[in-house]
Amino acid sequence: MSEPPDPIGIEEEPHQAPLEGDPEAYAPSVARRLAFYQRAGGIVTPLLTAVFAFFMGGMVVLATGHNPLRTYKAIFEGAGLNWFFHFGNYHIDVPFTNHHIWFWWDTSTNHTTAYNLTQTLLTTTPLVLTGLAVAFAFRCGLFNIGGQGQYLMGAIVGVYVGSRFVGMAHLPHVFLGIAAAAIAGALWGAIAGFLKATVGAHEVITTIMLNWVAYWGGSYLFGRGGPLQNHVDRSIPISDDVAKGAHLSPIWGNPALQALHSGIFISIVALFVFYLILNRTTLGYEVRAVGFNPEAARYGGISVARNFIIAMAISGLFAGLAGGLDILGWQFRLGVLDVQVSNIGFIGIAVALLGRNTAVGVGLGALLFGSLFTGTSTRSLDPNVFPPQLAGNLALMIQALILLFVGADLLILYIWQARRKLRLPGSAKAAAAEEAV
Amino acid sequence: MADAAPVLELRGITKQFPGVLANDHVDFDLRRGEVHALLGENGAGKSTLMSILYGLYTADSGEILMNGKPVAIHSPKDAIELGIGMVHQHFMLIPVMTVTENIVLANEPVRAGVFIDEPAAEKRVEEVARTFKFAVDPHARIRDITVGQQQRVEIMKALYRNADIVILDEPTAVLTPQEAQELFEILRTLTREGISVIFITHKLNEVLEIADRITVLRRGKKVETFPREGATEAGLARAMVGREVLLRVEKKPAQPGDLLLQVEDLAVRDDRGLEAVRGVSLDVRAGEIVGIAGVDGNGQSELIDALTGLRSVSRGKILVGGRDLTRATARQALDAGMGHIPEDRQRRGLVLDFNLAENLVLHDYAKEPFSHLGWVNPRRWIRWARGLLKEFDVRGGGPTTRGSSLSGGNQQKVVVAREVSRDPSVLIAAQPTRGLDVGAIEFVHRRLVEQRDAGKAVLLVSLELEEILSLSDRILVLYEGRIVAEFPPDVTEEEVGIAMTGGRQREAA
Repeated sequence: MSEPPDPIGIEEEPHQAPLEGDPEAYAPSVARRLAFYQRAGGIVTPLLTAVFAFFMGGMVVLATGHNPLRTYKAIFEGAGLNWFFHFGNYHIDVPFTNHHIWFWWDTSTNHTTAYNLTQTLLTTTPLVLTGLAVAFAFRCGLFNIGGQGQYLMGAIVGVYVGSRFVGMAHLPHVFLGIAAAAIAGALWGAIAGFLKATVGAHEVITTIMLNWVAYWGGSYLFGRGGPLQNHVDRSIPISDDVAKGAHLSPIWGNPALQALHSGIFISIVALFVFYLILNRTTLGYEVRAVGFNPEAARYGGISVARNFIIAMAISGLFAGLAGGLDILGWQFRLGVLDVQVSNIGFIGIAVALLGRNTAVGVGLGALLFGSLFTGTSTRSLDPNVFPPQLAGNLALMIQALILLFVGADLLILYIWQARRKLRLPGSAKAAAAEEAV
Repeated sequence: MADAAPVLELRGITKQFPGVLANDHVDFDLRRGEVHALLGENGAGKSTLMSILYGLYTADSGEILMNGKPVAIHSPKDAIELGIGMVHQHFMLIPVMTVTENIVLANEPVRAGVFIDEPAAEKRVEEVARTFKFAVDPHARIRDITVGQQQRVEIMKALYRNADIVILDEPTAVLTPQEAQELFEILRTLTREGISVIFITHKLNEVLEIADRITVLRRGKKVETFPREGATEAGLARAMVGREVLLRVEKKPAQPGDLLLQVEDLAVRDDRGLEAVRGVSLDVRAGEIVGIAGVDGNGQSELIDALTGLRSVSRGKILVGGRDLTRATARQALDAGMGHIPEDRQRRGLVLDFNLAENLVLHDYAKEPFSHLGWVNPRRWIRWARGLLKEFDVRGGGPTTRGSSLSGGNQQKVVVAREVSRDPSVLIAAQPTRGLDVGAIEFVHRRLVEQRDAGKAVLLVSLELEEILSLSDRILVLYEGRIVAEFPPDVTEEEVGIAMTGGRQREAA
């Protein structure tokens, strides 16, 4: 937190607790509190947060008369994560050739374990991107709740481009679809950034409103009689199918059963891009400066307004990409129902918070939530262990608990820091800073 | 007036923090009815010592005696029960509650077990106010009264709890000079009533004005306890810093050259849309320091912001080296050779969460060689930072240390290093030594004079009249958004002071 503007501006000791002496300390903004959370701790706190959330979830499982350990084991297996523990003498095919090479694991998706894992990774792919969408804006001091709307815009434009231009060649069509989806998301995000930069409209409000616009816009476009409804059966509120040529190539599993598609590479690359932009470009420097201390950034010659717009556009680009990949990767069509029940963008908030807005954290957070949702789905979870129709709720509950503990974390860290400042100068750094000449 | 027998004695207090010996066998004693100043640079261990006395820290060794008997103080509650009150630098008051409510808080007189006995509370507060001659409205809400009055409420809070020892932590840091005088008056009343006061400060002139005795700490050790009689600013400064300190800046007469900064009839609005700068015209030449004196809130901040492109101008002209910068952005002003040491280093001058290397390239991160085609070169930043930190004697961290973990003085050195290293033609220094101790002040002042001698135009804006007088080659007085007077450097403090309060203007009218 910045920094902390001292109301009186005269300080003897440097203030370790970022909230000290700040008029906002008593009612810090969401972004400010979360920035504090992000700085404090390290990897330990998010781990504890997750463990604690799972523990509480386990208590609930126990209360319903089931065995929490067995349930979590079943979820773990439902997510296919046990696949990694089955070593053997297998091989994988080298693409575009008849050769194959030796491999440690069995990649055949005829086994449930491997299949489940492909489904986990399929869910993780967009979560990485919607997580980055929240994280990037956050690094600029903005709280992007609009990942869902940006995701939907990406999906809508993705399905439109994918289902048109039927005769196009494979690669250009895929590229066009993905690019259009990303740009749609970027524009959707940039609207909120633009409103913030020009008239100061708070991004939390505007992004929530834009989510609803995307939600009802999608419902209208693909609804019965809607302009983008399919041309085959006018009784079903769904889009046209994406042309075969625009499908992302399946890389693992049977395409008839939702194979893992090559979009996962785009997600992984996005993690690197996120890191590189923030840490290796002048744009990233500006974004971080604005995020930490907009006043100092302005003084440094950085246009705060411009960075608000760019950061929201890049955020939206990540989320729009997620929508495009889902459509061109495995959904291949978009119905009113999909628009209305999807919550990939919202889960991105939890991913970013748990991942502390860093590339590595978002990657791991997305994998955690991807596993959780796949592992508790009716398809994957062993019904003898826990009723799968309830398990989806368990996943949502754990997600909610994690968010809750992220909030509680803040409180605990704040108290801990305040205590340390007053009484327990625990770390050498704190004491050295306190007493440095 | 002070009794010889000590009411309080600290013996051999030692406190080790990891890596730092904050207090090293410090002895300290306090007599009844005296003001005993605790003087030292930032980080000398003053606050630690008083925190131990107030029960916030526990000493590793040493003992505390009150009226000759050893006492154990484990918490502020113990301290309060022993009659020790502390007024922190940051007030612990609740803004929406009244003066009376704040004073009795946690010690409310109660009626029928649960209800606050308001009449009784008010009576007690009035009693305290009468005894010690406090002029504070007991029904006013904290948020509606001035900082000086809030401080009085803090003192009353201690007295209400029957404190006979009051610790004041840097009390004048938040006060205007007039309010400081009022505070000293209150302290004199307190000591007449037998209250003993410990006064933590790093300001030499205050010490000589109010203290009966002065104990100087340096790097956790007690240097000496001086009686006020015979103590001099120079002697105390030497004891504090451990070497000779130049309290007056040594400088040769100015040799003004080309006109570098020209301001014509400038008008600027503040955040509320009111005109805060109303037609200021001024010139600064190469090789001179022009000081702008004035009481806070007379348009200084708006003037600085307008000159540096951080605030739009409603009328007038700004020329830097003949170039029109009236409508310039901050970026354009920086590129045109404007340097700016801002008045608030934590809010504006530094990104506290950035490391020092990142802070040192805050203006030029996008320029060669710090970046190339949009890609930054952190290794070069670090190399650049290492050189600057050494040259400007920044202590407490290297290029990858976060800005927030430096002390105030070193943070300011980082800001100065950045601004000076950009080789600006015009340097605007706003309150460049606010909150710094003598060693750091001397450093900053020397750098400003160096810049002048290197042919830069320096505009110094400060609320510290002494600073303006010792550095400036010409002095302008800003009053209600206008330049109301201009003085040569040999003017007296009184003359400028009168102009600062609008006196000169009234005479003229």
